[in-house]
Amino acid sequence: MSTTTTEKLSATTLLRFATAGSVDDGKSTLVGRLLHDSKSVLTDQLEAVERASASRGQEGPDLALLTDGLRAEREQGITIDVAYRYFATPRRRFILADTPGHVQYTRNMVTGASTAELTVVLVDARNGVVEQTRRHAAIAALLRVPHVVLAVNKMDLVEYRESVFAAIAEEFTAYALELGVPEVTAIPISALAGDNVVEPSAHMDWYGGPTVLEHLETVPVSHDLAHCHARLPVQYVIRPQTAEHPDYRGYAGQIAAGTFRVGERVTVLPSGRTSRISGIDVLGRAVQEAWTTQSVTVLLEDDVDVSRGDLLVPTQDAPPITQDVEATVCHVADQPLTVGHRVLIKHGTRTVKAIVKDIPSRLTLDDLSLHPHPGQLAANDIGRVKIRTAEPLPVDSYADSRRTGSFILIDPSDGTTLTAGMVGESFASPEPVKDPAEDDGWDF
Amino acid sequence: MTTAATTAHEGTGSPYALSHLDALESEAVHIFREVAGEFENPVILFSGGKDSIVMLHLALKAFTPAPVPFSLLHVDTGHNFPEVLEYRDRTVERHRLRLHVASVQDYIDRGVLKERPDGTRNPLQTLPLTEKIQAEKFDAVFGGGRRDEEKARAKERVFSLRDEFSQWDPRRQRPELWNLYNGRHAPGEHVRVFPLSNWTELDVWQYIAREGIELPQIYFAHEREVFQRAGMWLTAGEWGGPKDGETVEKRLVRYRTVGDMSCTGAVDSDATTLDAVIAEIAASRLTERGATRADDKLSEAAMEDRKREGYF
Repeated sequence: MSTTTTEKLSATTLLRFATAGSVDDGKSTLVGRLLHDSKSVLTDQLEAVERASASRGQEGPDLALLTDGLRAEREQGITIDVAYRYFATPRRRFILADTPGHVQYTRNMVTGASTAELTVVLVDARNGVVEQTRRHAAIAALLRVPHVVLAVNKMDLVEYRESVFAAIAEEFTAYALELGVPEVTAIPISALAGDNVVEPSAHMDWYGGPTVLEHLETVPVSHDLAHCHARLPVQYVIRPQTAEHPDYRGYAGQIAAGTFRVGERVTVLPSGRTSRISGIDVLGRAVQEAWTTQSVTVLLEDDVDVSRGDLLVPTQDAPPITQDVEATVCHVADQPLTVGHRVLIKHGTRTVKAIVKDIPSRLTLDDLSLHPHPGQLAANDIGRVKIRTAEPLPVDSYADSRRTGSFILIDPSDGTTLTAGMVGESFASPEPVKDPAEDDGWDF
Repeated sequence: MTTAATTAHEGTGSPYALSHLDALESEAVHIFREVAGEFENPVILFSGGKDSIVMLHLALKAFTPAPVPFSLLHVDTGHNFPEVLEYRDRTVERHRLRLHVASVQDYIDRGVLKERPDGTRNPLQTLPLTEKIQAEKFDAVFGGGRRDEEKARAKERVFSLRDEFSQWDPRRQRPELWNLYNGRHAPGEHVRVFPLSNWTELDVWQYIAREGIELPQIYFAHEREVFQRAGMWLTAGEWGGPKDGETVEKRLVRYRTVGDMSCTGAVDSDATTLDAVIAEIAASRLTERGATRADDKLSEAAMEDRKREGYF
């Protein structure tokens, strides 16, 4: 292989995406086919799957066994945990978070969607949009996943009829857009027969769009950064104090959103001190400009006090500082979250004490119905919470910034990750979960 | 270093899209810095294999121009490739690192561990590793494990909590959301941290090529005296091979993984350069563990079982 080929291989982008659905929808078959047809399943893996399938008396390889990695999962024949799969085409590298679709695994879907730039929602063409489909759409909307693919599966079982596909696509798209999903791409497929997964279907002339893989390969992976609020959570202060670098003092972190430039005025939050960027190093290389999600080291003109947990932001675009955080949360722990619960909140690189002041409502994702004042949230519950923090935090709305608008709650006694939180309103527009009883907004 | 991050990718969008290697590198650096910021006494597991070499390279970049704020730990099975030990010592010297060694041979000499009938020492590494972690009070232990290696590893978190016996409980893992890692642990517990979780074998090799990282020579095709056992080419040596009926022959081989000599197999290869290795891997129809690791062929859940007991 020549060097140029190596470079070509290296110069692909990375897409993180999630699939939600159950075996019944054909999710494992779809995932298996994406991996298999993109030649990402290697011979020894396939042989292991064939051996295991045969020992269970199944005909043909059960591709779900590729992703069900734990003994308990194989024994019970179910996916319990998020499974990460890796595959590549000449155009792109993919990280797939494969999540189980049933309601008791909502926390796993939320986990998978939290880092996904795209979610594939699977529907059985014979059943159309069902409760589970609405739940998956709601999770994608809640987690602000930028791209949603509706894969209408088992088209072979409805004689590849356009009218069946069109009706499902229309119903789903209307619902998703109402929840604020910015973009829906509907694709008619048969995962079993291979129609429109990797290869175009020979049975659906009426469909002129991309296959699932073509869409995954070409969907844009970054947003218009000019419109993002620039944010850098400081992870670590680099001070070599060596003969060669006696005065170097750099603030290391991964840019959470937007771009930073040398010469820009910045504010350190929560202290509010300001300075100007005198240099940006990207892992040892000096640059004039850096952007999300690069890991950088920023140098400032003035000797201001900056430490781990601080947030660097452009002075003219600083977020509000608050001790009262209102958010939509997904409860991920087995022990419940209760009003009065004393917790730790980890936001960016800062962890502070906090208390759960109120749980105004719980939300059922299947139909978006509201249950006021549930008293507590159990595992897999979605709800609204009000949190009072011991120290002020610079929080963005999750709608504006997924990384600086999100947080986790931690149980201080045993370190359990309790809850995943998203600051601000749950859905983009309209606001189906707005509790009319509450009108006190942000306390700035 | 490449500037691929600044070149627009046809059909895939904006000039601000990072190349996949830049994205993976940035994620790994973020993980190293989180650990440096939140833990008292982290250590990098360093075997001299390519994954641990890439880990160290990333750690060096993450804190430049300051030195790496971690020490290294090598679990020495006593069956090492001499080229790898030499590489290890040279690396420690060059970057002025502190190296801890947990020696399986010591445990065997003291009678604490017993040699297995098959001569494989990989499963014997867990106890020396665990006791060294406890003795040195390491609270974060970086491992080079990747989720693409094996299906139990595919379920592992980036921050993986271990009890005082180093045990892993796959059903009680903390969900990991966004890039908010939870490193809380009780005294005596520690967290295994896997910065290369999302890398594949091909990514590792592409990154090695891009960064010009030096590797031990056994990763490239060379003539070696080997014999066949369980479908793999093993190196003849004092550790216990070949046995009766196994014949030694000279072949052109290279290693895809580097571990204990007794269970790490070589593959037939004429790939003498990085580009040739990358081409070979891209075309390979076998995973690196399937091709070269006897320890994972023990059973369908071999890796899960070893991980539960505190293995890497």
